[in-house]
Amino acid sequence: MADQSTTTPPSASTTTTTHRRPQRAAVDWTACQAHGGCADLLPELITPDEWGYPVIRDRPVPDEARRRARKAVSECPALALMLRR
Amino acid sequence: MNAAVMPMRVRSLTTSADTRLLAPEPLDHQPHCAVYGGLPQIDGERLVAAVEHAGLSGQGGAAFPTHRKMTAVREAARRSGRRPVVVANGSEGEPASAKDKALLWFAPHLVLDGVALAAAAVGAQRAFLAVEAGHGLGRYLAEVGRQRPTAGPAGSVAAWSAPVTVVEVPSRFLSGQESALVSFLDGGPALPRFQVRPVFERGVRGGPTLVQNVETLAHLALIARHGPAWYRSGAGTSLFTVRYADGSPTVVEAALGTSLAQLTGAGAAAGQAVLVGGYHGTWLPLASGARPGAGSDASWGAGCRANSGAGSGTRDAVTPDTAISAESLGVPLGAGLLALLPHDRCGLIETASILRYLTLESAGQCGPCLNGLPRMAAAFAELAHPTSGSDIGRLHADLSRWAGLITGRGACRHPDGSARLARSALATFAAEVQAHSYGRCSAPIRPPMLPTAPQASVPNEGP
Repeated sequence: MADQSTTTPPSASTTTTTHRRPQRAAVDWTACQAHGGCADLLPELITPDEWGYPVIRDRPVPDEARRRARKAVSECPALALMLRR
Repeated sequence: MNAAVMPMRVRSLTTSADTRLLAPEPLDHQPHCAVYGGLPQIDGERLVAAVEHAGLSGQGGAAFPTHRKMTAVREAARRSGRRPVVVANGSEGEPASAKDKALLWFAPHLVLDGVALAAAAVGAQRAFLAVEAGHGLGRYLAEVGRQRPTAGPAGSVAAWSAPVTVVEVPSRFLSGQESALVSFLDGGPALPRFQVRPVFERGVRGGPTLVQNVETLAHLALIARHGPAWYRSGAGTSLFTVRYADGSPTVVEAALGTSLAQLTGAGAAAGQAVLVGGYHGTWLPLASGARPGAGSDASWGAGCRANSGAGSGTRDAVTPDTAISAESLGVPLGAGLLALLPHDRCGLIETASILRYLTLESAGQCGPCLNGLPRMAAAFAELAHPTSGSDIGRLHADLSRWAGLITGRGACRHPDGSARLARSALATFAAEVQAHSYGRCSAPIRPPMLPTAPQASVPNEGP
């Protein structure tokens, strides 16, 4: 959970990533339909398997990929992708 | 209670009446208290501390430390301000396993004591006891529950008076999976759910939920009476389902570390391999002599097809003298199944049959499992009955790749466990794979012996 009392300047919105807590991509496997959009947006992190389902590397989302990761989450047609601690 | 029908054969290797799990006959509540003593008065926090000191872990297959689960539920309850719920899991979806049914039949009051203790430990006011439908356990346990007092001395565990709701769940392999069980109790299907938060935080009706196997709860009932040091010393027993060469099952109660020969009975620890844990478990080769490196000659059963040599994996063969524990075997004990495979059977045929069952039992909700399991089952079926055109090397490579692809990529561990079984079969039955590639088999025309349907109760055949 975001600890807003320590690192966030009063003027900063809590939805921008001013604190770089590591995030990982995760999949709700019961929802995923192998659309593949996440793999397109995050090739350094996600590769489609032979059936089209995402294989997610076991590492945090790199800083330079964060914006694309949030895009992938919001654009997943199945609402299957999420970012968590 | 006069039971005209006893569910299965049981053997207890412990004779101490007040520390064993399986009494020879089910006891009504008064005799139960006379044998084991009344429920002691312990407050929730001390109970969790006792569970931690005892080193109790779950007996349903995952072996998760019980005190950590209880603490997590307590914490979740405190943070959310919601009352937790206890779910006693006796659904035992493993067709080959009978230990939970045996425990529920022979020691229902120990299980219900454990439920009361667990509820006190986490501050729950509701409890459910899940049992597999089709064995009459629902009615039996509801009757047993009515024997129990509805109130006790204030502040004691016995004062936990909320009734336990007995629920019969469908006889499906996944019915007892934690989130599937919660889903069913919430009025949904008995299928695993994607849990944004774990069940201990958001379970039944979205509240903190403690799910424990019924054997774990029975151990809790004994720990509360005899103390954590007693349990930690190894004096406590575990339940196993031993399946013999002729296919018959016996539930055996014994201390962890008891040898295979003692569990099966003298002379019965024979065969080419043993399936340890359950259908998500591990095939290990079985040898009739001492283990290699134990200082005496390893002698191999005549015609033994199981391969424990180099290249088949790193595990030594199990022998009749091997202590049955996770540490000694190097594999998890899972649901406590020990299924012996005789020399005149084929491990690949058995595994192909189990994989087909596991495929049919998949919830079918998750892409990797939905795609991978049928392909693995088909590949194993081809290994079991190859044709002249079968490419054994490619089947092997495909199976390894698929096992990797389905592991860790689903809402539950069904694909992971199935992959473990398949991998262990390829390792342990490597010699059989070779033989099959030359058109030979230990048991080409016999149907598989391990069950792939819920097992009906049998009439009591005597001691």
